[in-house]
Amino acid sequence: MELVTPSLGLIFWMTIAFFFLLLVLGKYAWKPVMKSLKEREHRIADALNEAEKAREEMKELKFSNEELLKQAKEERDDILREARKVREAIIEEAREKANAEADRIIENARQSIHYEKMAAITELKNQIAVLSIEIAEKVLSQELSKDDKQKQLIDKMLGEVNFN
Amino acid sequence: MKQNLCLSGIYRKVLWAMALMLTWQLALASGDEAHGSGTGEEKEFNAGEMIIDHIVDAHEWHIASMGKTHISVPLPVILFDEGRIVAFMSSKFHHGHEPYKGYRLMTEGEYKGKIVKVKTDGVTVDEEAGLPLDFSITKNVVSIFICVILLCVVFITIARRYRKNPGAPKGLQSWLEPLILFVRDDIAKPAIGEKKYEKYMVFLLTVFFFIFFSNLMGLIPFMPGGANVTGNIAVTLVLALFTFVITTFSGNMNYWKHIVNAPGVPWWLKIPLPLMPVVELIGVITKPFVLMVRLFANIMAGHIVALGFISLIFIFSAMSPWGASVSIVSIIFYVFMGLLELLVAFIQAYVFTLLSALYFGMATEEHHDHTHETEHAH
Repeated sequence: MELVTPSLGLIFWMTIAFFFLLLVLGKYAWKPVMKSLKEREHRIADALNEAEKAREEMKELKFSNEELLKQAKEERDDILREARKVREAIIEEAREKANAEADRIIENARQSIHYEKMAAITELKNQIAVLSIEIAEKVLSQELSKDDKQKQLIDKMLGEVNFN
Repeated sequence: MKQNLCLSGIYRKVLWAMALMLTWQLALASGDEAHGSGTGEEKEFNAGEMIIDHIVDAHEWHIASMGKTHISVPLPVILFDEGRIVAFMSSKFHHGHEPYKGYRLMTEGEYKGKIVKVKTDGVTVDEEAGLPLDFSITKNVVSIFICVILLCVVFITIARRYRKNPGAPKGLQSWLEPLILFVRDDIAKPAIGEKKYEKYMVFLLTVFFFIFFSNLMGLIPFMPGGANVTGNIAVTLVLALFTFVITTFSGNMNYWKHIVNAPGVPWWLKIPLPLMPVVELIGVITKPFVLMVRLFANIMAGHIVALGFISLIFIFSAMSPWGASVSIVSIIFYVFMGLLELLVAFIQAYVFTLLSALYFGMATEEHHDHTHETEHAH
């Protein structure tokens, strides 16, 4: 019978002890424990979210990096192509200029050669004329020392002259 | 691999503890036998008496007996008698052999284990005076205090750890955190609901760990354990009363409406005879009553069975010189019971907490579908 009869003293002390336990543990144990457990859970959830976000960003970053690289390559190719074109244009122009210059120089040379030649010919002609006159003088002075001879020459000359 | 080693280490420790417990139980029981035979006439070993002596409360903490000398820790006796408080150490009673200040600790008869007033001869009970109110710090009270101090030390320590180190749990903290999370996530949240569970956590955690630690301490057969705290009906009564009071005070309109005017029940069950309200009211009382009895009966039964196996050794030894060989079987059974009780210690703490949480959940449940609610009401 004693087993199932609660004793007053034990009820009294148990109530006090348990009430004390509730107060003390509630204030000094469960409150901080529950709070930090919750905080930790939040922190872990946040960290996971952030990791997911970072991964997403990394993916995007990688993608944009590749895009950028591709663009840069294209740009480089463009620039190179342009440069090649410019180079070729410059060379072409230079060649054309050089050709023109050469032509001009050759033309000049030809002209001056022509002038010189003309001058030379004129001089030669003059000299030949002088010489001819001198020769003619000498010949004449020699030939024409005799009258017949003079006559002969005049005839011959006249014969040669073509009147037309 | 490391975990396996760790686990096997724990098993080894548990087995060692069991072996230690066993030897102590043997010593205790033999001490009792010696105690019985020491009181004059040759008394036979009475298993029932020995078991009851071990599971009821006592005014002194008996450790061992050797021949006629009893080693026990005296505990304070506090009596409230005729408007005055009388306090003295229980050693003054000399294990019930002598009266003190007109009081005597009875060891036999109707008032066995109780402190009664005696007439001037110091032997006959003063029937007219009535029993003095006994507020003594008994073995169970001391055990409760030890448990309370242990709980405070353990949980305030780990609370400090939580505040200082918000990272992963370590040591004691990592052993207790799964239990705290278990109470929160598997008991409170599903039973009470995500929104309201928080204000009940203090009670649920306290009651869970108080029962669990008391149960475990009860499994240790020597001081400071060994007292049958959770197997004492006064203790479980108080615990159940706490649940009852909290349930009653947190009951919302819906809860009271269910009791007074249960929806979905034919009107003739309520008027003119308030049959359903009466049934519901009985239900309200029954819930904490069942809590009280379940915990008390389970833990007490565990203690009785374990002590029974020990008693078998003495019974068979008394019957024949070869009877002691039965101790091998007894010991195996005792160890088995001890392991089972470890499980029961946890399960009973769990069940008490879960049912308390369910009652709180019912008291705070919001009004919704009727068919569902009527299921809950029973």
